Amino acid sequence: MLSLIPLFPLIGFVVNGFWYALGQSSPGAKKAGATVPGTIATLSIFASFVVSLLLFVQLNGLPVDARSLEQNLFSWMTVGTFNIDVALRFDSLSSLFCLVITGVGTLIHMYSVGYMSHDKTPGKFFAYLNLFCFAMLMLVLGSSLPVLFLGWEGVGLCSYLLIGYWYEDDEKASAGKKAFVVNRIGDLGFLLGMFLIFTTFGTLDFDFLKTAIVQGHGAVLPPGVDVGTVTAICVLLFVGCMGKSAQIPLYVWLPDAMAGPTPVSALIHAATMVTSGIYLVSRLNFLFALSPTAMTVVAVIGGLTAFVAATIAVAQKDIKKVLAYSTVSQLGYMFLACGVGAFGAGVFHVITHAFFKALLFLGAGSVIHGMNGEQDISKMGGLRKLMPRTYWTFAAGWLAICGVPFFSGFFSKDEVLWFAFGAEHGSPWLWGLAALTAVMTAFYMTRLFYLTFFGEPRFKQPHGHGHGDDHGHGGVHESPWAMTVPLMILAVLSAIGGFIGVPHMSWLGHWLDPVVPHHVELAEGVRPWMEFALMAFSTVAALIGIVFAWNTYTRAGIAAARKKRFERLHETLENKWYVDEIYNSTLIQPLISFSKGLWKGFDVAVIDRIVLGFGRASEWTGQAVRVTQTGSIQLYAFMILLGLLATVGYLVYGLA
Amino acid sequence: MGWLDSHLLTAVIFLPLAWSLLGLLIPTGKSGAALKAWSVLGALATFGLSLVLYRQYQATGAEFQFIEKLEWIPQLGSSYHLGIDGISLWLIILTTFLTPLVVLGSFNGVTEKLRGYYFLLLALETGMLGAFAALDTFLFYVFWEAMLLPMYFLIGIWGGKERIYAAMKFFLYTMVGSLLMLVAIFYLAYQHKVQFGALSTNVLDLYGVKLVGGGYLSPQSLLFLAFSLAFAIKVPLFPFHTWLPDAHVQAPTAGSVILAGVLLKMGGYGFIRFAFPLFPQAVTQYQIPFLVLGCIAIVYGAWVAMVQPDIKKLVAYSSVSHMGYVIIGLFSLNALGAMGSVYQMLNHGISTGGLFLLVGMIYERRHTREISEFGGITRVMPLFAIAFMIITLSSVALPGTNGFVGEFLILLGTWKANHWAAAVAGTGVIFGAVYMLWAFQRVMFGPIKNPENEKLSDLSFREIVILAPLLVLIVWMGVSPNFFFSKMEPSIQKFLERSGAVTAVVGGGVTDEVSSSAARAVGLDAHSEQGRSQ
Repeated sequence: MLSLIPLFPLIGFVVNGFWYALGQSSPGAKKAGATVPGTIATLSIFASFVVSLLLFVQLNGLPVDARSLEQNLFSWMTVGTFNIDVALRFDSLSSLFCLVITGVGTLIHMYSVGYMSHDKTPGKFFAYLNLFCFAMLMLVLGSSLPVLFLGWEGVGLCSYLLIGYWYEDDEKASAGKKAFVVNRIGDLGFLLGMFLIFTTFGTLDFDFLKTAIVQGHGAVLPPGVDVGTVTAICVLLFVGCMGKSAQIPLYVWLPDAMAGPTPVSALIHAATMVTSGIYLVSRLNFLFALSPTAMTVVAVIGGLTAFVAATIAVAQKDIKKVLAYSTVSQLGYMFLACGVGAFGAGVFHVITHAFFKALLFLGAGSVIHGMNGEQDISKMGGLRKLMPRTYWTFAAGWLAICGVPFFSGFFSKDEVLWFAFGAEHGSPWLWGLAALTAVMTAFYMTRLFYLTFFGEPRFKQPHGHGHGDDHGHGGVHESPWAMTVPLMILAVLSAIGGFIGVPHMSWLGHWLDPVVPHHVELAEGVRPWMEFALMAFSTVAALIGIVFAWNTYTRAGIAAARKKRFERLHETLENKWYVDEIYNSTLIQPLISFSKGLWKGFDVAVIDRIVLGFGRASEWTGQAVRVTQTGSIQLYAFMILLGLLATVGYLVYGLA
Repeated sequence: MGWLDSHLLTAVIFLPLAWSLLGLLIPTGKSGAALKAWSVLGALATFGLSLVLYRQYQATGAEFQFIEKLEWIPQLGSSYHLGIDGISLWLIILTTFLTPLVVLGSFNGVTEKLRGYYFLLLALETGMLGAFAALDTFLFYVFWEAMLLPMYFLIGIWGGKERIYAAMKFFLYTMVGSLLMLVAIFYLAYQHKVQFGALSTNVLDLYGVKLVGGGYLSPQSLLFLAFSLAFAIKVPLFPFHTWLPDAHVQAPTAGSVILAGVLLKMGGYGFIRFAFPLFPQAVTQYQIPFLVLGCIAIVYGAWVAMVQPDIKKLVAYSSVSHMGYVIIGLFSLNALGAMGSVYQMLNHGISTGGLFLLVGMIYERRHTREISEFGGITRVMPLFAIAFMIITLSSVALPGTNGFVGEFLILLGTWKANHWAAAVAGTGVIFGAVYMLWAFQRVMFGPIKNPENEKLSDLSFREIVILAPLLVLIVWMGVSPNFFFSKMEPSIQKFLERSGAVTAVVGGGVTDEVSSSAARAVGLDAHSEQGRSQ
């Protein structure tokens, strides 16, 4: 039954894929609308949600230490005693991810039916979307690293295909390629980390790895294994996470990935795929726990990413770019939590973030859809009256991400902040970074919210095409129910979803305990009361951020004046710290020129010339030896005689 | 059927030649339809017969099967000695599988001198099959040279503008390498006489010859280098690769496909059958230098491929990169690496063969291969786009495709032998994605800028028939490699034994350092018995 979870979306992919390829792709064929392929795809992923739910209930009924369901599908590759099975394992961690992927996935598929209604090739779109879900489910269900890697690269492929979905726009096609290549850099780290695990522990299966390391309740370094090796393993794997989960220095692909259709941004680039890195680190928490160095790397990279991405989000004008950098920043939070040892808090934030960020993206998509493709928030305003359902649901997402008390983001973010401060591996510095990020988050989200929905409309009822998601019809309008119903469901989840992890009575923490230890060792000198003090503090900080932003953007002129005062800074932030430019001029262009030099200046000019030189040399030799070819029979006969004598001489004396 | 039963290999090898000789009698007419049909049938018949080989091949046996032995040149100790193991079995099937596809693929591209063309194509097949089945070094040498000639003419007569230059270069390059090999063969035969009292060129006899090893310049090392030069040129291994871009670009599509798909494998196969088991000490001696060259080939090939303006040249250089993996896998001297290498050879035949077919198809439509001439093709050729994408994914070794299985095993095997080599070779994973996806984007994505591309027609039925088997194999070989491994594995083990990699018992694989946890590598096999299955 377990295999049904990934099987349903796979079937959906095959059906839609073949139908599209054979029936609709040719230029003359009759095109199907979005409804039929969309329904096939939605039902496939919904079926998989139902199975996940049933299995979740079954898992819940099992005793705590036996909460793991397995299914071995087939043997993938066997060489001698080396064997990789394609096997699935459904335990407390993967079950939650399955529920999020299939649950949020179903909503996003349903939303897409409305969103893609004007698209030319909806069959292709839904095939890709289902393929993505299949790969993502393999990623979280895989019982060993190679199977996880199968899903890991599979989601990367789908991300590539969907970012460049509107391939006729070169910029979008480039964004897809960039995502794939940057992820490949991370994947090399993943591969090498996997190899090192294999040569160190002799297994790639998660459970076997765990038995090799965990003794009783804690992780213990197995005899003969060097802590440096474990650090190397963890850092290499984390390089993989930097790619997939968009952390410094490999985050640059994610903002560009917004070139894809908005439901893709919501599903792949916010709710699911980009959290794979957190999944991997939490899955291997026992391994990371062995290496304080690796933990520090994870925490610091996470904290820095959270901060830097938030600064960029403050100055972006494109609604999706703001959300993209916000995602990078929130992913940084999750790694920060993992890095200080609070893996459960990281997973908690994955879940709430899936709710509110999917909501925000879909809401943004609804806005873009309603504005006929406009993505620039400086050209929006006053939409709350025109798009009331989008507005109300978006508000829930906004409050959740800002960390306003009792919305989902409040609980998870505060847990992250608390452990960043108080956990054994935490520090006030990390907390400070995270708290500052929280203020900025509240600021840029309020700015986005205000500029979009409040104030005077800064657009004329547009006609014709906008840039980006192309929809050419009518004036600004509320989106159809197919799109707003998923928004409402996600809004409810964003509002109340945090209650699964209320501090000190966290259902989530206990549920995850068999895989991700619930107990986090606190640093010396940290008192429990501090948790509530910090919580109060960060709530106030978030409110300050909100009020400051509100105050900046409600009155005309203030925003412009403040922008002017910090012009240089604003420009730098708007240009994303020029990181793309720096990568281009220091890495990409030099590599291309170097390779051109290698080809023309070495391959052709040196190697080939040497080869041709040999050819020429033999020609000269031929010319030289030609002298002997006089045509005189007597001379030839003489030479034959000499040769004969030499041979006989050798045979007689030489071999003796 | 008695004769056929005992001479199955001979039948497979010479069927294409005999068939094509009969084909010379067929009147070609204007379109040559009869000749084309006849040639496709011949190639298919050979493929069918090779499947009989597959069926009858005993998976458990590590020794050579379908042995045939006839006296040939007793003065030299040479015999017509044939036999195959699990490795040559698959290379033979690869050859017989690709040939009908390229014959079918030549229908539109080749328009003149049809009779000679199809004759040479099938004669070439006989040469390749013979080389894969020969168990006598001299016989191998004869087949090796025999396949050179048809290829020389295929490039020289039906090739592009610079065909004469390219054909000459290809011919001379290969000749130079193989002449040294011939000298080495005679030296070995003579050593056999010294040690066992009679000349012999039989490779099984020669495996027993003891040669002074140790050091980079010992007799064994020098002989190893003589053989290796021939094979390195064929692979082609950096820096002996410069014939390849010219030959590939100038050759007609079928020539490029066979060249990349099969002839390059002759190099890898030569290492496996001859250079490794004949000179085990020298292999160990030269392990590091060859790992270095292999790594250079991978990275260098990828970088140079990246900046090619001609799509066919890009694919040619990508071969240099992909075949570099074969070299490092073999020189990692363990079962994972060796198995990965053989698999990579099959993969490369399929994916690069597929890429050349695709390039040929688009060339027939536009008569150009300049990447900059294209762009936005996906809109007008959606089926072509799908096929191109799947083959591209195989080429960049995405998990789920055949390419991944090969590269994964090679990198893992290499990692066990040398961490640095694996790390450097691993960067090929990144650069491979760069050049392939960049090329794909420039050809297939973006708007159609060139009005000539607006009218391109999508794949014809014939073209779909050519590509579909490749696409199926890409997924099949990626999802269930064990099907292909099963008849290969005992031979891989035997190969490693003969090559002196004694520590690498099969699965050699499973880490000498932590043999205690060897059982764990079995992973779920043992585990799932305890697990509650759903």
